[in-house]
Amino acid sequence: MQGWRIETLLSLRHNRAGICRGPCVIEFENVAYSYGGGELLSDISLSIAPGSFHFLTGPSGSGKTTFLKLCYGALVPTAGHVRLLGTDVRAMSRDDIAMMRRRIGVVHQDCAFLDHLPLADNVALPLTVSGRDTKDETANLQELLGWVGLRSRAEARPPELSGGERQRAALARAIIMSPDIVLADEPTGNVDWEMSQRLLHLLIELNKMGKTILIATHDLALIRAAKSQVQARVLRIANRRLQLAGADL
Amino acid sequence: MIRPDLSKLTVFIVGDAQADRAVPPTGFTARLTTFSAAAMAFLAVFALALSTASGRLATRWGDELARSSTIRISAPSEQLAAQTAAALRVLETTAGVATARALDVAEQRALLEPWFGPDVPVDSLPIPQLIEVVETETGFDPDGLRLRLAGEVPGAVLDDHTRWRRPLVKAASRLRLLGWVSMLLIAAVTATMITLAANAALAANAQVVAVMRLVGARDQYIAQAFVRRFTLRALAGAAAGTLAGVFAVLLLPSAQAEGGFLTGLGFQGWSWLWLILIPPLAGGVAYIATGAAARKTLKELP
Repeated sequence: MQGWRIETLLSLRHNRAGICRGPCVIEFENVAYSYGGGELLSDISLSIAPGSFHFLTGPSGSGKTTFLKLCYGALVPTAGHVRLLGTDVRAMSRDDIAMMRRRIGVVHQDCAFLDHLPLADNVALPLTVSGRDTKDETANLQELLGWVGLRSRAEARPPELSGGERQRAALARAIIMSPDIVLADEPTGNVDWEMSQRLLHLLIELNKMGKTILIATHDLALIRAAKSQVQARVLRIANRRLQLAGADL
Repeated sequence: MIRPDLSKLTVFIVGDAQADRAVPPTGFTARLTTFSAAAMAFLAVFALALSTASGRLATRWGDELARSSTIRISAPSEQLAAQTAAALRVLETTAGVATARALDVAEQRALLEPWFGPDVPVDSLPIPQLIEVVETETGFDPDGLRLRLAGEVPGAVLDDHTRWRRPLVKAASRLRLLGWVSMLLIAAVTATMITLAANAALAANAQVVAVMRLVGARDQYIAQAFVRRFTLRALAGAAAGTLAGVFAVLLLPSAQAEGGFLTGLGFQGWSWLWLILIPPLAGGVAYIATGAAARKTLKELP
């Protein structure tokens, strides 16, 4: 990804320790979230600094996906405050949330593609919906597809892609707008170890370019592999609360 | 002076090819919208034809009959001329009477012709003499005139047409109103059907809408993709339906005096211009209905 908007990407502040000393990109303040009658997340406070790398782990059904949804405004907390890029989610209009999502790239668990469009158009979708002419971005798009190793699959439809290809395409779509934050929900859930290492490598590269990375995963081996390459904080959701994971990881 | 923003209209019609690709066309809803708009436009042409024809009829009946009355003089033939002259004298001195004249034999024959044929010997029949009275704008006092005629022309009977003219004009006016009510109902049904089709399209594309929203599409952008498509379909359908309706109206028998109301069902003069409004109105209804449906659906998404 040598030339791909490198100036923009590197202009972000780095804070490898993940401790937020200045303005935070994601802030949770006594956040709780309930589905129906049951509380899934309770009293969560967290600050994520720009350029940091975080893992979010916990057993299935512990609320990792819900946590991530709170991080890109798909959910609004039932109690407490979530501030994204400095703005309280509750104060945002629907248009504000849409604009904010252009600065937060999300790799969804199921990738969420439009099956009738070729891969290149799916990856370029954030550019399309923001009103930019994708013809002007063809070179960048090709470079990005090359970076994730999918240049030869540009015209393939999503159902024709393997699990690893889908995940890499989802990552490419998440970063095409050069977002400040990249959120990934179980990005290695459906791929083999080799592919998961490749995806991890891409995410670490992005972090080195200054992106804030938050990955929800229950794959502890992936976390261990990452910690040998990047300074990452590991957060764990247990009993509805968020904890900083210990040295066992 | 408010100027329409033609550039926005052009952008809307030309559309955004990229946005159009993102939202796949849905065959069923596309056909439903086009067909509904065409069928409703076809019906609208007839409702409009009914309304304008009854409007013309009401105006004609009103204008032709409102200010005319008839005096019928029944008297022995040797007194008929004298009583006619007396009646005309009375009318000359009656306030509110603009003109009064006795119908000649040819005119009376023409009136009887539809019932007795062209060879009726009017001269030899003991038929009453008719006097046509045209009122001024203020009109005359019919009761006062009847009293005067009763005193001076015993064989004269005044018929001011009121008894049968009012229900006819009223009926024609009601028919015109019914035509406009039909137009409103057609617009409402069009809106309902297009809303249902738009809702079906939005439901069929729920995944597309959700993905677009997740990657940062604003509601306006997503809604526009659907609104534009449905508006253009309704516009095209309504244009086809209007043309078919016009063709059907042209196939009706042409208006003739002896044909009565049914042969006059059509458009005359500037009333043809009403038809130009049907397709854009259908497009406008589709624009509003689809926009409302899209906004409602999008609000339910995160």
